[in-house]
Amino acid sequence: MSEQPKTIDTADSSPPPLRQVESKLTVVLRELRKAPLSAKFGLLVIVTYVFVALFAPWIAPYGEAEIVGNQFEEWSDEFLLGTDNLGRDMLTRIIFGARNTVGIAFLTTLLAFLLGGICGLLAAAIGGWTDQILSRIVDVLMAIPVLIFAMLLLTIFGQSVVNMVLIIGVLDSTRVFRITRAVSVNVVVMDFIESARLRGEGLGWITIREILPNIMPPLAAEFGLRFCFVFLTISALSFLGLGIQPPTADWGSMVRDTADLITFDDYTPLIPAMAIALLTIGVNFVVDWFLHKSSGLKDEH
Amino acid sequence: MSTNSNEPLLQITNLQIEGFSDERWHQIVKGVDVTLRRGEVLGLIGESGAGKSTIGIAAMGFAKPGCRIHGGSILFDGIELTTASEEQKRQLRGSRIAYVAQSAAASFNPAHTLIDQFSETVVEHGINSREHAYKDAKELYKKIRMPSPDDIGFRYPHQVSGGQLQRAMTAMALSCRPDLIIFDEPTTALDVTTQIEVLMTIRDIVEQFNTAAIYITHDLAVVAQMADHIKVLRYGETVEDADTRTMLSTPKEDYTKSLWAVRSFAKETAAPAPEAKPIMRVESVTASYSRSMSPVLIDVDFEIHRGHTTAVVGESGSGKSTTARVITGLLAPQKGAVYFDGDALPPSYRNRTKDQLRQTQMIYQMADTAVNPRHKIRDIVGRPLSFYLDMHGEEKEKRLRELMEMIEMDPDLFLDRLPSELSGGQKQRICIAKALAADPAFIICDEVTSALDQLVAEGILRLLDRLQQEFNLAYMFITHDLATVSAIADEVIVMLEGKIVEQGPKTEIFSPPHHEYTELLLSSVPEMDPDWMDRVIAEREEKGGMIAAGN
Repeated sequence: MSEQPKTIDTADSSPPPLRQVESKLTVVLRELRKAPLSAKFGLLVIVTYVFVALFAPWIAPYGEAEIVGNQFEEWSDEFLLGTDNLGRDMLTRIIFGARNTVGIAFLTTLLAFLLGGICGLLAAAIGGWTDQILSRIVDVLMAIPVLIFAMLLLTIFGQSVVNMVLIIGVLDSTRVFRITRAVSVNVVVMDFIESARLRGEGLGWITIREILPNIMPPLAAEFGLRFCFVFLTISALSFLGLGIQPPTADWGSMVRDTADLITFDDYTPLIPAMAIALLTIGVNFVVDWFLHKSSGLKDEH
Repeated sequence: MSTNSNEPLLQITNLQIEGFSDERWHQIVKGVDVTLRRGEVLGLIGESGAGKSTIGIAAMGFAKPGCRIHGGSILFDGIELTTASEEQKRQLRGSRIAYVAQSAAASFNPAHTLIDQFSETVVEHGINSREHAYKDAKELYKKIRMPSPDDIGFRYPHQVSGGQLQRAMTAMALSCRPDLIIFDEPTTALDVTTQIEVLMTIRDIVEQFNTAAIYITHDLAVVAQMADHIKVLRYGETVEDADTRTMLSTPKEDYTKSLWAVRSFAKETAAPAPEAKPIMRVESVTASYSRSMSPVLIDVDFEIHRGHTTAVVGESGSGKSTTARVITGLLAPQKGAVYFDGDALPPSYRNRTKDQLRQTQMIYQMADTAVNPRHKIRDIVGRPLSFYLDMHGEEKEKRLRELMEMIEMDPDLFLDRLPSELSGGQKQRICIAKALAADPAFIICDEVTSALDQLVAEGILRLLDRLQQEFNLAYMFITHDLATVSAIADEVIVMLEGKIVEQGPKTEIFSPPHHEYTELLLSSVPEMDPDWMDRVIAEREEKGGMIAAGN
């Protein structure tokens, strides 16, 4: 096919074939069947985590903060993964940890996206001073390393889950702002946006109805990645003792609490670490697949 | 090298090329034969998607990514390119077969000077030293009448004009004195006044060096000037093949005739007598993009009446589109004002009322970017209905169907499609429907047909004409294509460097005496006569100096 930019027309007599009218469900199922193995694995991991997080009290053999045995008991029938430094069941803590760590990370990511996404869209759509001011604020926030900045703010405002969600949410929203603004400015220059402005449309319509649908694929991919980063930040903060506070179970602090066991050839502390790694990898697999699909890249056969 | 000049230089037989899309291989070139001797120029014409470019680059033994040469043979001077190794083909490309792309601006590396890029092929192929190549380049630049040929090569691509860049690219193709040059729409992106210079360069070169050439274009008048032979292609098959004069005077196939007939479209009914009050009046507008920059519009003053089509013509950069931006309120003028139906419009669209915005609609050149790719046709056309006219539910649905009928598209088939599921011509029709939905009095058409094939463009022009009759619409038709102007305009405005150089009824503008610039513009439009270019060159040389006027 000749592909000259100025002659986009294919012969008018042969329009492209009609799209099959299918329900969304059939499309989703077909796409899932066609998904590569890595994406299927990633989806399986995510589904498992969500299931565990939702039904934690029913799955876990003991209570979240219940002391059921001696300190650092070995793996046994009674305690499948042994006990921690206070004699709490490891398996139970890991199951509840899914609920706390994943749930809080999800909330935080959502906050980051709402804040960063809205500001990014506005900066791109309005431009001028609004854009300048928002972008410079973001530059300042981004100039300080996230973890150190988050630790500083947590020390100032006090350690609580709400504070942590707000602080990491705001800090990560700067990244979301950057990507939203970057992809939006490419859409804003299109004729259909000019056409909408000339029609007299308000800012709400232009951002939500005209721009947003066109930037969804990169934003959705970013959501997956951002979730991983938030998740890792929370775990890192918890490991340092600034994140989720005991007795709430959390994978980051669990690694710290049982870390000493490594020196005795016991790999228990690696299990919460593995849980973190597995979810991160799973989410990334799914994001990769999604990006691949939405960017229209074809597999090389 | 073969010495026998009767031996074909390039012999393509039964060429088949496949492209991969929608998960399977489709045939896009279905058994085409080409025979080309030294010093011959073959014109390949056809609409987009006909396979012209694919055949053109296949002559170098190359297939675009996602395409493969499936069958047939490509014999270049005794070398079978379909089975030749990549290394063998690499030796040929650049040195014996050269390629001139449509967009020189996109094909030059912006980080190197013209002359360095000229020399690269020569030095890489070990044909000559850099110093020799430099000298050669300067000579060639002189031959193709580039301004200051000794220095221009040391400029970067962004420092020369589009026409000069295209000529530099033609010179570059010649750097190794190839046996075959493939020109892929080399003048399509250029203004008519520049186009004629590039065409002259190409023809000079082919004659001087006895080079064979394949000239790919969709512009029949251009191919009439350039080619000895013409091959008409459609859907990857040869429709007709004959020498230029025969093809122009007595085309055999219906499809060829239909291509020839396109240019015969003309507005049938005369415009109604102008009403006393113009629908749109632009009063001595001066505008610039920033205060420190020199104005792009200087004292522009004209009127457009109901039911009339006013064509605004001029080269790129003459201020045509800026005029439209002032009218729509995207650019506030420094001086002057715009009046709609006698009332002054606020300079910025932000301060205009909904009704003022509704009355002026715009249709864009690129229908692709003028509709939101994520909205269905129903939403694209329906939005002005609910936004301006407060139509909802059944009333809106009824009006939507009426509009679709008006643009000759089946509502049942198209309303729920996305723009990506339409062809370019259909998309442009949707843009027209979107403009009509607002029930406007005045529509600005910004190069609406220049991205379309001729047959499709013709359909759009007919549609616009019919709608004008039905709704007594006023059009401002921005274009650089004078053939379109003569087909549809009632009044013509000729612009140059932000000023109006001439305006009046079409018949007046198109018949002598002309303003000097109008004359240049009109005489640069290629005609279907193969002798046209020789005649123009002769005339201009007589007058002297006119050729350089495009620079």
